[in-house]
Amino acid sequence: MTSKIKDTFSEIKAENRKALITYIVSGDPDLETTLEIMHTMVKEGADIIELGIPFSDPMAEGISIQKGHERALKKGASLIDALQLVAQFRSSNKKTPIVFMGYMNTFESLGAQAFMAKAVSAGVDGILIVDMPPEESSKFSDHAMKNNIDIIRLIAPTTSLDRAKKISSQSSGYIYYISVKGITGASNIDADDVKNKVEVLQTFTDLPIAIGFGIKDAISASSVKDIADGIVAGSVFVDLIGEGNDVLNMVAKKTKELKEVLG
Amino acid sequence: MSEEIMPDKNGRFGVYGGRYVAETLVPALEELAEQYEFIKKDKNFLKEFRDDLSHYVGRPSPLYFAKRWTKLLGGAKIFLKREDLNHTGAHKINNTVGQILLAKHMGKKRIIAETGAGQHGVATATVAARHGLECLVYMGEEDIKRQSLNVFRMKLLGAEVVGVSSGTRTLKDAMNEAMRDWVTNVDDTYYIIGSVAGPHPYPQIVRDFNAVVGEEVIEQSKIQIGKDPDVLIACVGGGSNAMGLFYPFIENKNVRLIGVEAGGLGLSTGKHAAPLNDGKEGILHGMRTYLMQDDAGQIIETHSVSAGLDYPGVGPEHAWLKDIGRAEYVAADDQEALEAFKELTKVEGIMPALETAHGIAYVKKIAPTMSKEQTIIVNVSGRGDKDINTVASIEGIEL
Ligand SMILES: Cc1ncc(COP(=O)(O)O)c(C=O)c1O
Repeated sequence: MTSKIKDTFSEIKAENRKALITYIVSGDPDLETTLEIMHTMVKEGADIIELGIPFSDPMAEGISIQKGHERALKKGASLIDALQLVAQFRSSNKKTPIVFMGYMNTFESLGAQAFMAKAVSAGVDGILIVDMPPEESSKFSDHAMKNNIDIIRLIAPTTSLDRAKKISSQSSGYIYYISVKGITGASNIDADDVKNKVEVLQTFTDLPIAIGFGIKDAISASSVKDIADGIVAGSVFVDLIGEGNDVLNMVAKKTKELKEVLG
Repeated sequence: MSEEIMPDKNGRFGVYGGRYVAETLVPALEELAEQYEFIKKDKNFLKEFRDDLSHYVGRPSPLYFAKRWTKLLGGAKIFLKREDLNHTGAHKINNTVGQILLAKHMGKKRIIAETGAGQHGVATATVAARHGLECLVYMGEEDIKRQSLNVFRMKLLGAEVVGVSSGTRTLKDAMNEAMRDWVTNVDDTYYIIGSVAGPHPYPQIVRDFNAVVGEEVIEQSKIQIGKDPDVLIACVGGGSNAMGLFYPFIENKNVRLIGVEAGGLGLSTGKHAAPLNDGKEGILHGMRTYLMQDDAGQIIETHSVSAGLDYPGVGPEHAWLKDIGRAEYVAADDQEALEAFKELTKVEGIMPALETAHGIAYVKKIAPTMSKEQTIIVNVSGRGDKDINTVASIEGIEL
């Protein structure tokens, strides 16, 4: 089976560069703007877009992304909206992979089977459910596999070697390596530590590895770009959206800045 | 400590419980579970825990026959399990006395906690002071307003109280924030959760440390009643005082177990904190359980006059006990709780916490329907001093 995510990483590798994965919250500040931001990001070089699914209790998020979730919820944004948003995005972009990143309760409220069916028809390529470790994910994994949706999983600095092996064997698409012990938007990224951990991961998995949490500018991006196959930047975009000044231009500039570092 | 039936090795009570957290915390929770399994069989730990319960907390707490109240209600004999007489004034100290020993055993230097009513925060700040550990307590801004007395107590005890202004600014948001702190400082920090909630192994740990309540009741009933009680009643927020009372009785099917949730403005209004009565299954704070949520899976704002019950979830073991029919769960609304608060104070000279008053309110309903030969034991989970400002302001009185 083909996977758009897999194809994207192969292409990027052939071009000898690193993937730029950008994160924004679906419906922040409203759905029309999210759609425009997605197209803008792609135009300026984003390779994959992670769409945050707003949740009332985003436990793993720092203050920036928490606020993004709150703004989206205030406008009534939901998982269903996000699916419609992707369908709309696909009417003019068939290529850029979209990953849903969220919390289990919103996905459960729709049900694993119903969600996957809708995700496929909307054109979603992968899911990353933050509070769903492998031990709690059998239902979602089964339905994802049947529907050819990639399951992206987190590996953290605290994850043991044995556990990392188990997690990677149950992952597809890419592995999301959390660069710091902490929440999104953390600022204490330690490139040497990340390098050591990622090198070990690479000895037992062929999946691409993306590094996220704490990458916000050219400097932090270049500190880890050689280590892995891609980087994820989120809080920095959500902050720009929150500030609300000339959002599309600001997002375009930031995307370009990161893109230039990644080659 | 009692024999374990649940949770299973994955931390589940039937389908409930589990460990739904971001990967960073999974190894920390695995380590906690391992260390707990070790320490709970360790003679030195058990001795220290029991000694602390006797000499620091003041256990056993009395089982008191409420003679005048029994007469007033005109039915079953009512006994009060006096957790309000514990050091710091609530059952919450049983758990913190145990968990701080576990934290020290694990070599942690920094203690964090969430709190709603402030009772768990005070109980945590208290044991942290006693053991000389740094302590930080997260508390919703809304709760800081309603429980200012406890905020000041925590500060006097040397704890830092951090206001949480996200979401609904109550207990659930304080718990989110404590989890975020723990993820960030997982190496040197121990998170003392204050109820039988959260990811495995917390529901088990907090239950076991509170089970002393039910264990004492078994002995006290033999002596003071001469037989098993017929009904046990406790209020249910996260569910720790109820679980502590119920747990040693789960196998004894002669005893009815009744948990009382916060009915807020009334179950029919939707403005309450009674997920077992009017919620549905979902995932929050690392556990699968009954939750107050909307159709899109967003957690909704809860309502209760008592900060300690104002929580949209409930411990997973209660969810399981409900489904298998072993325990019953009812609700008492704000008004009923306030009336019960006043009645117990006037008739017995015992002023219960507003949380406790929900259990008291249900006793008022059920006792008159029972015979004089039957007995009810209600857990007086805490004392009401902390709630005087709230009660006064409801009456329009400024103190
Ligand atoms: C006196 C008292 N009772 C009950 C509760 C509710 O907690 P739980 O359901 O865990 O016993 C609280 C919580 O703050 C409390 O302070």
